[in-house]
Amino acid sequence: MKRHLLSAADLTRDDAELVLRTAEELRSLADRPIKKLPALRGRTVVNLFFEDSTRTRISFEAAAKRLSADVINFAAKGSSLSKGESLKDTALTLEAMGADAVVVRHSASGAPHRLANSGWVRSSVVNAGDGTHEHPTQALLDAFTMWRHLAPQSGGSLDGRRVAIVGDVLHSRVARSNALLLRTLGAEVTLVAPPTLFPVGIESWPVETSYDLDSVLPKADVVMMLRVQRERMHGGFFPTAREYSRRYGLDGRRMATLQDHTIVMHPGPMVRGMEITADVADSDRSVIVEQVTNGVAVRMAVLYLLLGGSQPAVSTEGLPE
Amino acid sequence: MTTYLIKNASILGGEPTDLLLAAGVVREIGSGLSAEGAETVDATGLVALPGLVDLHTHLREPGREDAETVESGTRAAASGGFTAVHAMANTEPVADTAGVVEQVWRLGREAGYCDVYPVGAVTVGLAGERLAELGAMADSAARVRVFSDDGKCVSDAVLMRRALEYVKAFDGVIAQHAQEPRLTEGAQMNEGELSGRLGLAGWPAVAEEAIIARDCLLAAHVGSRLHVCHVSTAGSVEIVRWAKAKGWDVTAEACPHHLLLTDELAATYDPIYKVNPPLRSAADAEALRVGLADGTIDIVATDHAPHPHEDKDCEWAAAAFGMLGLETALSIVQETMVDPGLLDWAGVAERMSYTPARIGRVADHGRPIEVGEPANVVLYDPAARRTVEASESASLSRNTPYAGMELPGRVVATFLRGTPTVLDGKLA
Repeated sequence: MKRHLLSAADLTRDDAELVLRTAEELRSLADRPIKKLPALRGRTVVNLFFEDSTRTRISFEAAAKRLSADVINFAAKGSSLSKGESLKDTALTLEAMGADAVVVRHSASGAPHRLANSGWVRSSVVNAGDGTHEHPTQALLDAFTMWRHLAPQSGGSLDGRRVAIVGDVLHSRVARSNALLLRTLGAEVTLVAPPTLFPVGIESWPVETSYDLDSVLPKADVVMMLRVQRERMHGGFFPTAREYSRRYGLDGRRMATLQDHTIVMHPGPMVRGMEITADVADSDRSVIVEQVTNGVAVRMAVLYLLLGGSQPAVSTEGLPE
Repeated sequence: MTTYLIKNASILGGEPTDLLLAAGVVREIGSGLSAEGAETVDATGLVALPGLVDLHTHLREPGREDAETVESGTRAAASGGFTAVHAMANTEPVADTAGVVEQVWRLGREAGYCDVYPVGAVTVGLAGERLAELGAMADSAARVRVFSDDGKCVSDAVLMRRALEYVKAFDGVIAQHAQEPRLTEGAQMNEGELSGRLGLAGWPAVAEEAIIARDCLLAAHVGSRLHVCHVSTAGSVEIVRWAKAKGWDVTAEACPHHLLLTDELAATYDPIYKVNPPLRSAADAEALRVGLADGTIDIVATDHAPHPHEDKDCEWAAAAFGMLGLETALSIVQETMVDPGLLDWAGVAERMSYTPARIGRVADHGRPIEVGEPANVVLYDPAARRTVEASESASLSRNTPYAGMELPGRVVATFLRGTPTVLDGKLA
């Protein structure tokens, strides 16, 4: 693995599968009474969040703590964009505190890339979501969730599995990272959105695209619904929320057209009634809550592999403290 | 005043000859010249060009003297072979009154490294709402002829029409920063496959082309002069070509960075490459070169845009738009146009001296190197190669995208009315 995790494109298939296998080992920890390993004892992980994201932040925090790392939460709300402290000065501060890994969430696309490549810090940088660019650990946890549900029936891999990702692709870092990672893992991705919510140049992405959700659903093994922010309404990307829901929302009627084994995912937070109805979100197909559990295991695997060296994460000697 | 005898200079790349510069003019041209008491400059192997004229420079004074001053900016200009620059109006306060343009003009005279021609704002405060006092700026000591809201587009069609009409009274020109504002809200880089992948908001070519097409039609309709700043797309070149074919009075500039660099550099997320209009595709850069060669694009202008370090040492979205350009322009024109055979040195003189002076209605610059003409001359070594060092810039700022890049050519001397502002490659 590379020293930083900035983009899902940084991961080779071997890297990604190593993360998934490691996460599988670590996930078993969640079922133990004491959920802690000594693997990163003495290491410091900084959660540097320039943008509010409670769920991602606590997921990384739980992951680091279960590996016995020291965790510093640095909520630098606002950024140099709002004339607060600059990204550089914040980075220099963290460097001075001796961070081994910096988990960064930022509203500016490329901010983690700058942090990793500008010489400001020496630590490993993990992108926890940057602007409308990428969110690679979300893609890993999504892939992990799919892999747990679908790989056992298809030779232990996601090869040839069909994943439909539906919604605001244009502004979605989750869609970008998932498209890249799922392709690496051999799955076939179809992005579904109204034409206004696809980025220019989408035809060169390694994915299929469709404007018609109903034609895509019956073939899908996984349906991932993306959040549609209400502020997109004002951008004129679609006429009304009701029209969006009618054309691109996942409701009970559409769910009935899915194959029996098909799972429904959502990276959260959901806007119930907008892109997904409550009956779908709470149905047996929904793995949305499980995604959260898997998120901790995957982030443990990422931190472990970036910081922990070559020992197996859960060895027979590595008993919980 | 010292007399300079330049030996064996190749005027516009022609046969080597001697030049005698005295009393501010070219006194004599011929072989085997000698002059009592003259300072001799050996120009063997050097090309003599008329002093370069930049129609698009940001000198930042008044207001942002931490980024550049008239003094430092004109030093950078002289280092790059320029003897005249047009200082854009987006200062603080904006150059939208006779008082501000006269101040910039006076600071230029005091600096003495090159002549400074202030550009006046088209609208008050660059706000795009009502015309600034264009006539007062034209009648001031600064004798403004070029008006621009550069940095912002005069996007209101009626206001643009009125501006084009109004400047006819004093032979002015509107230099338009063509950027449809609604199509470029929050825009960060060229809109294309890469912007989608990088998650950076796109600046689509159509936002430039739509304004250029509209303005060409407006200029034709009211019979006025339009100049298009920093043309960056292949489509824009096509539109300007079409307007010229109609016989309309439209001129256009291309910037060195758009000739040489492409949007792929944004993948570094290093905002040293962030500029407005953005770096475009390789096909766009190629179309600009072809357009510059065939005369569709009339001139090269630098859009020299100094910024303090902290405005570039940050995340992309937070960074300022713009890059340095004065000291590297001639080298980049050699690299992209002369060395590939698209342009000879006479063509360079046309596009970097004669024509920008003509567009700006500057009488004493952009003149051929002939006896009796003002002694504004650059001696340039096209055989030299140099690695650009940001720290060596005469600018107060360091935001050059060419740092570490090897470029051809070196300005050996610049003469402003017979007085060297650069000699032996160093500022005088």
